[in-house]
Amino acid sequence: MTMLPETTTRKLGLVIDLDTCVGCHACVISCKGWNTENYGAPLSDQDPYGANPSGTFLNRVHSYEVQPEVGAAQLVHFPKSCLHCEDAPCVTVCPTGASYKRAEDGIVLVNESDCIGCGLCAWACPYGAREMDAAEGVMKKCTLCVDRIYNENLPEIDRVPACVRTCPAGARHFGDFNDPESHVSQLTAERGGMDLMPEQGTNPVNKYLPPRPKDEIDQIDILAPFLEPVVQEPKGFLGWLDKALEKI
Amino acid sequence: MTHHQPKIETSPKVSDEIRQTTCYMCACRCGINVHMKDGKVAYIEGNRDHPVNKGVLCAKGSAGIMQVNAPSRLRAPLKRVGPRGSGEFEEISLDEALDIATGWLGPIRHENPEKLAFFTGRDQSQSFTSFWAQNFGTQNYAAHGGFCSVNMAAGGIYTMGGSFWEFGQPDWDHTKLFMLFGVAEDHDSNPIKMGLGKIKARGARVIGVNPIRSGYNAVADDWVGITPGTDGLFILSLVHELMKAGKIDLDYLARYTNAPVLLNGDESSPEFGLFLRNKDGKPQVIDRKTGKLTAFDKPGVRPDLHATYRHDGITHRPVMHLMAERYLDAQYAPEAVSERCGIKPGKIRAIASELARVAFDEAIELDIAWIDFRGEKHKKMIGRPVSFHSMRGVSAHSNGFQTCRALHILQIILGSVEVPGGFRFKPPYPKPVEAHPKPHFGVNPDSALNGPHLGFVRGPDDLALKDDGSPARIDKAFTWENPMSSHGLMHMVISNAHAGDPYKIDTLFMYMANMSWNSSMNTGGVMEMLTDKDENGDYVIPHIIYSDAYSSEMVAYADLILPDTTYLERHDCISLLDRPICEADGAADAIRWPVIEPDRDVRGFQSVLIDLANRLNLPGFTDEDGKAKWADYADYIVNHERRPGIGPLAGFRGDGTEFGRGEVNPDQLERYIENGGFAVHHIPENASYYKPWNTAYQEWAVKTGIYDSPQPYLFQLYSEPMRRFQLAAEGHGDRQPPDHLRDQIKTTMDPLPIWYAPLEDAQVDLDEYPVHALTQRPMAMYHSWGTQNAWLRQLHGRNPLYVPTKIWEANGFTDGDWAKVSSIHGTITVPVAHMAALNENTIWTWNAIGKRKGTWALSEDAPEASKGFLLNHLIHELLPPKGDGMRWSNSDPITGQAAWFDLRVKIERTNAPDECQPAFDRIKSPVGQGPDELKWKVGK
Amino acid sequence: MHPSPSVIIFTTCSGLGFGLLAWLGFGLPDVTGWVAFAFFAVAYLLAVGGLLASTFHLGHPERAMKAFSQWRSSWLSREGVAAVAALLVMGAYAGLLIFFDIRIMVLGWIGAVLSVLTVYATSMIYAQLKTVPRWNSILTPALLLAISISGGALLAGQITEAQVLLPIAAIIQLIWWTRGDLALMQSGTDMATATGLGKIGRVRAFEPPHTGTNYLLRELVYQVGRKHAIKLRVIAFVLGYALPVLLILLPFGHALAALAVLSHLAGIATSRWLFFAEAEHVVGLYYGKR
Repeated sequence: MTMLPETTTRKLGLVIDLDTCVGCHACVISCKGWNTENYGAPLSDQDPYGANPSGTFLNRVHSYEVQPEVGAAQLVHFPKSCLHCEDAPCVTVCPTGASYKRAEDGIVLVNESDCIGCGLCAWACPYGAREMDAAEGVMKKCTLCVDRIYNENLPEIDRVPACVRTCPAGARHFGDFNDPESHVSQLTAERGGMDLMPEQGTNPVNKYLPPRPKDEIDQIDILAPFLEPVVQEPKGFLGWLDKALEKI
Repeated sequence: MTHHQPKIETSPKVSDEIRQTTCYMCACRCGINVHMKDGKVAYIEGNRDHPVNKGVLCAKGSAGIMQVNAPSRLRAPLKRVGPRGSGEFEEISLDEALDIATGWLGPIRHENPEKLAFFTGRDQSQSFTSFWAQNFGTQNYAAHGGFCSVNMAAGGIYTMGGSFWEFGQPDWDHTKLFMLFGVAEDHDSNPIKMGLGKIKARGARVIGVNPIRSGYNAVADDWVGITPGTDGLFILSLVHELMKAGKIDLDYLARYTNAPVLLNGDESSPEFGLFLRNKDGKPQVIDRKTGKLTAFDKPGVRPDLHATYRHDGITHRPVMHLMAERYLDAQYAPEAVSERCGIKPGKIRAIASELARVAFDEAIELDIAWIDFRGEKHKKMIGRPVSFHSMRGVSAHSNGFQTCRALHILQIILGSVEVPGGFRFKPPYPKPVEAHPKPHFGVNPDSALNGPHLGFVRGPDDLALKDDGSPARIDKAFTWENPMSSHGLMHMVISNAHAGDPYKIDTLFMYMANMSWNSSMNTGGVMEMLTDKDENGDYVIPHIIYSDAYSSEMVAYADLILPDTTYLERHDCISLLDRPICEADGAADAIRWPVIEPDRDVRGFQSVLIDLANRLNLPGFTDEDGKAKWADYADYIVNHERRPGIGPLAGFRGDGTEFGRGEVNPDQLERYIENGGFAVHHIPENASYYKPWNTAYQEWAVKTGIYDSPQPYLFQLYSEPMRRFQLAAEGHGDRQPPDHLRDQIKTTMDPLPIWYAPLEDAQVDLDEYPVHALTQRPMAMYHSWGTQNAWLRQLHGRNPLYVPTKIWEANGFTDGDWAKVSSIHGTITVPVAHMAALNENTIWTWNAIGKRKGTWALSEDAPEASKGFLLNHLIHELLPPKGDGMRWSNSDPITGQAAWFDLRVKIERTNAPDECQPAFDRIKSPVGQGPDELKWKVGK
Repeated sequence: MHPSPSVIIFTTCSGLGFGLLAWLGFGLPDVTGWVAFAFFAVAYLLAVGGLLASTFHLGHPERAMKAFSQWRSSWLSREGVAAVAALLVMGAYAGLLIFFDIRIMVLGWIGAVLSVLTVYATSMIYAQLKTVPRWNSILTPALLLAISISGGALLAGQITEAQVLLPIAAIIQLIWWTRGDLALMQSGTDMATATGLGKIGRVRAFEPPHTGTNYLLRELVYQVGRKHAIKLRVIAFVLGYALPVLLILLPFGHALAALAVLSHLAGIATSRWLFFAEAEHVVGLYYGKR
């Protein structure tokens, strides 16, 4: 049914650290690889060697330029995939019940054999997290690697989403937001994890850690004493050197 | 209402089998787990146990599956049937191909081996390919370092016995301040990303110095949007501030560097400015305890940074005096360099101050006792937790060598090299210049070369000059034009061979180098040189053999194509003799092995070389009876010994338990495969830092086979080899530079780092060409390879030219506009995009996205071929003529490093053409074109 | 939003068809036999034709039956259920009327209400979407219902009613356009909230995630030029409302009536093209589009 569960036992999701993401697209391709080979239909690519290559991806990395009132412009790399919202509008619009949110962990999934490919869930999602696969005609989305995180054929350490396992900078974290002691809950609390488009009322589970303040080095006065000249004249340096060497 | 949900399988079978090998989607050499289903590659992920990537993997690595199935893979050996450049070939058997090659190479070797020029591009088996070239007997061999980052490599080795990336790394676990200069985002990429992640998790500060604030610089806490080519000046200004404030590690300088070494002060002497050496040739210092002249390494000596030595009325001063004299000069004050560097004086000062604060106020101590090479015992390891990393952005300028040296000087005066929290070498480094070979170029018919091709010159005596003073090598490496060109000058080979300067060659043999496209400056010119004919209608470069796995732009320009395999279909060895995968905590090497078999008539290039060597009866490859020593590359990897007990692979030697030195182990490859494709041997804790001077490390290195005897040395703040070249230019010695180069050598070969403006600046009208133009490689693409990859090309299928706000507004650009960009050499017309986080006088684009029509199995209307472009068309391998009749190369005058980033341009708005200009004709694809749709799934 | 022909045909035709059915259900015009057959045939052609057109954009039309299952939560499902119910009830009503000359008024009323509910459900598919601020308003069902009922009146030959209802629909259309033009701005969703980076400074999209296009851009991000849009609005307004009202104010004639209907249909189709083409989906913000 496309009703949302009242509550979910666990609230699994990602923390994405915008202060650390270097925009390398590792998560994008790792996701593409895992989800092409695993859950549901492969993520197909149309015109892969032609003029308009266009494939299905469940995770894409945007980049934004932010111009502060004063100081240099900043560049922020911005990975985006399904945020597994608590109030997921994509689920309730589904006419067939193919889209659902799991009661045990809150993962939003598409049951591909029930999907008629109407696309309404993609219309309802503000984040662009759902993409219709052009070859298969069904809606694809991030599964939070539901076929990895509980997979007993994988070593326990690997039971995380493919994007998290591969992220070279460690900018992606996976865990249970219902557990206040979890790494993701703590990171969110410490670093001011934020929601995207909170006004849309979706209550996203995934949180984004904002970039730390930048370009503050030349505003710190306290550093000045470190550059107090030892002598005023260049020639005096050797004298200082002699005295300094005495102390070693 | 109740909630219903389907039951799903959460524990599906992942794969039938995991085969662990080494990635080759770029040059990082990460360990990968290749998941197999039904004998096919199903999924690729990082190997958690691997020393390089510890489980993570970048976009390229994860997209390997699309490289292995790429329609661009060459399918069989090819013989050219149309004119060069047409792409018209016929498929032939490997046997026929090798017969043709032998037919060309045999006579050359018999008459004059130097008529073969053998150059490899992004090859990772240089110890093997150079061994082949050496046994063939030609001196004309090198790999791609000359157009990549030789300045960085040579600058590091000449200064401190190692550089960044394969040579060393920041102490990511302890560093508290990390400063990154001009790094291409693909170099050492996973380790740097992992390191940045560690620093970020601790909340430590990252400072990025780069005209472009993308990638690593985007996450840097502080960005220094420096003017290209001025890094050296900025660094020396930091040195100035630190010295002026006395914020330098005097104890470190006195003990571990040549700052206290005395220089010959006799201006009339042919040794003026060289080290004052004792009878045994050892540099001397004044011992602070006795005040006496002493060899630098005498047990117990405390070198004095200040004291001078007076003898025969002449004062001999230590290096430290010269440094003080030079760097305290007001020309390096922040105010003096600010405008040129595009950095406010306050910011320079703030960075110097932060370096000082972290290095000295936040110093760390590890409770590890160690003994130095003078026999002194230390209870602790003191750490200066300031670290640096740098790469091509600094390197690819004509002042790059001196800039790299300047950066090392900065690291060293802070006492931050080989200390906790600072920069750490990776085995086989540290390794002083003295432990490296010199260049060899002794050619004789039907004989091997008299030694390794490439090396490190110590002075004019080591230059590769023929008896008449002309260059011995086709690329003119190790000549007065660029004396310290340790990696050769691959970018000059085609140009010189075409010009017959210094001589003509017969066969150009290249591997994995896209010279008719993105790997050359002056791309259009190179195409002409490759297709140019003489008055008889013969090609000026008579024969071209090329080996590549894919249908690259270069394929069309060869006469004979030897098709290589993909990286999952081959044996390789990432060897300690070459560019190993070591980490600061251990020596390591790795293999590739065929996790799948090729489905085409192709063969790993190294095995092809062995076959060719056997057919040519090359010494080293065949015994006295002409019998082949090795059947293929796998055989060579296991059974070849470079020195007794030392072979291409260090791991699992002898009975399988020995590392480094040991008998040949016939099961070695199996043991590597069982171990995940690599071997690692850890450095003992008491040897983990202070390696160049740490007796425990030196002993470990000898035991491991890295050295044959301990090699402690001093960091060379002052470079004696450079001073020797200067002396020659001043008129000393028998070997004299040509007069037109005298001034250049005197100025640029300064033994203490200096900064001079990029050479192109003096050759072009800077009012007409005021803009700097750069390229960067995106993290998700490796040179031209990414384009054939169905997943990666969707990320970067075309490349706009990024324009800073000032230039954007001045030209009235709007989104979707095009611009004409001209250098003194050429013009391109390309799409533009706005970028504010960019040095205001710099434009840039992604490198090697643009492709030639008909290549890489793409359709002709692929965006790479219409909206993708190369900046290479604007860059020439030679500087504009000065009117002196000389060919002045667009390179660093010290190392010959291609000065890609010296480029100056002008930019103007123009009407949008149909496609980027210049546009080239279509090449006929030898492999056809890829399919219209991909639904890749191996398992059911 | 991508103005896909299948959705434009679907909403335009089925809106008009169900509008006509509603009038017929209330016995306006009070026809029987072959005349009734003609009216119902037109209504069914429009309604069913529209519904069929809507299946063309499905990835798996063969699974369409599954879409009736989620009427408790999904407006699309409700629309399907209501449409089938309306068509069945009206089918029974029409069959009795045409072939047996029996008029069961209650059945007609139920069918009429179901027809109106179908149009309402259709309109709510769009109106419910917070992601498309231009649609996310009570004015959207008002507009679609007004168009459906006034168009139905026109088609049903209820001239007097149409003379009142068409101007009302026209006014709602004008209000809908005016509100719609400000909707995205007033929704509170912008690049700053989309990225959460607004606290640092002004946010601008730099590089798109992929240099090529993708499903989201094709489906959700459509840009129509401002001048072009104004021209089309004028055409939609004149053809859809003004001209039909003028034509039916003239002395009645079948040719004029047919012209009025065709003009209305063309105008509403134009309006519907704009309904989609001008609708900004907030996901466009991630791509720096509007």
